Amino acid sequence: MKLDLSLYDKVFENRVRLQIMSVLAANEEYDFNSLKELLDVTDGNLASNLKTLEKEEYIVVEKSFVDRKPNTRYKRTTKGLKAFENHLIALENLIKQQYK
Amino acid sequence: MEQKDLFKELGQIRSLMEKSSKFVSISGLSGVLIGCYALLGTLLGYYITTNTEALNNQFTGDLTLLNIFLILAIFILALSLLTGWLMARKKAKKSRQSIWNITSKSLLFAVSIPLLTGGLLVLILLAQGYYHLIAGMLLIFYGVALAAGSIYTFTEVRWLGILEISLGLLALCLPDHGLLLWGLGFGALHIIYGFIVYKKYES
Repeated sequence: MKLDLSLYDKVFENRVRLQIMSVLAANEEYDFNSLKELLDVTDGNLASNLKTLEKEEYIVVEKSFVDRKPNTRYKRTTKGLKAFENHLIALENLIKQQYK
Repeated sequence: MEQKDLFKELGQIRSLMEKSSKFVSISGLSGVLIGCYALLGTLLGYYITTNTEALNNQFTGDLTLLNIFLILAIFILALSLLTGWLMARKKAKKSRQSIWNITSKSLLFAVSIPLLTGGLLVLILLAQGYYHLIAGMLLIFYGVALAAGSIYTFTEVRWLGILEISLGLLALCLPDHGLLLWGLGFGALHIIYGFIVYKKYES
């Protein structure tokens, strides 16, 4: 049987990007530092993967200042959530496929 | 990709979605300890009420008795908060999370509204002399706070909240048994809840 990989999203092949999207799917918004602490990754790694997701229009960035300190928050877009859900379905299908 | 890896990947996504939105550093054992404090406090409260006559010879009137109760309650509350905070900090450190993060802030915000409302209401009841309503009202608003905060932590907290509300309503129907219901609500229920959380998530 042929494998349907149309739902599989190459963007999420990167672990950190998939993790970021998981957090943003479960939460209305998340800020940079909280993401960094939760995922336990370096600033550079996190920033570059956030940039990729932003370019794909999977997330949007909101910059503001809290007590004069820059505060960067991220939110999922409808497109991003759909892509994430599809990717999960693709992973589930892969599992089902291997059972057959 | 291997099937094992796929399962692992899906599992990690799931746990991350939970971990990012729920504050799970609340220690089950601290629930047991807090319950024990409350039980001891209730026993002490019983001792005071059953020995009112003897106490009345030393102090004057009901107001002093009320003051003793208030001091005892506030002392137990402070001790409970301290225990809960210290043990949560320890648990958070173990999983390399900070105790002051998005989830704990959301949790605190969610419980603060019913708790402040209940607290102010009880102060008003005290000032107006409706003493018989206090035990029930505190249980009810504590339960509402737990139910409100439960979306940001263990789901068991919702059940704890619902049970506290039920005991509070019962306390309003049976104002003479307020102390007993306090012992059940703040003591026994916390011990059972703490034990369940400890068994389920920590051991």
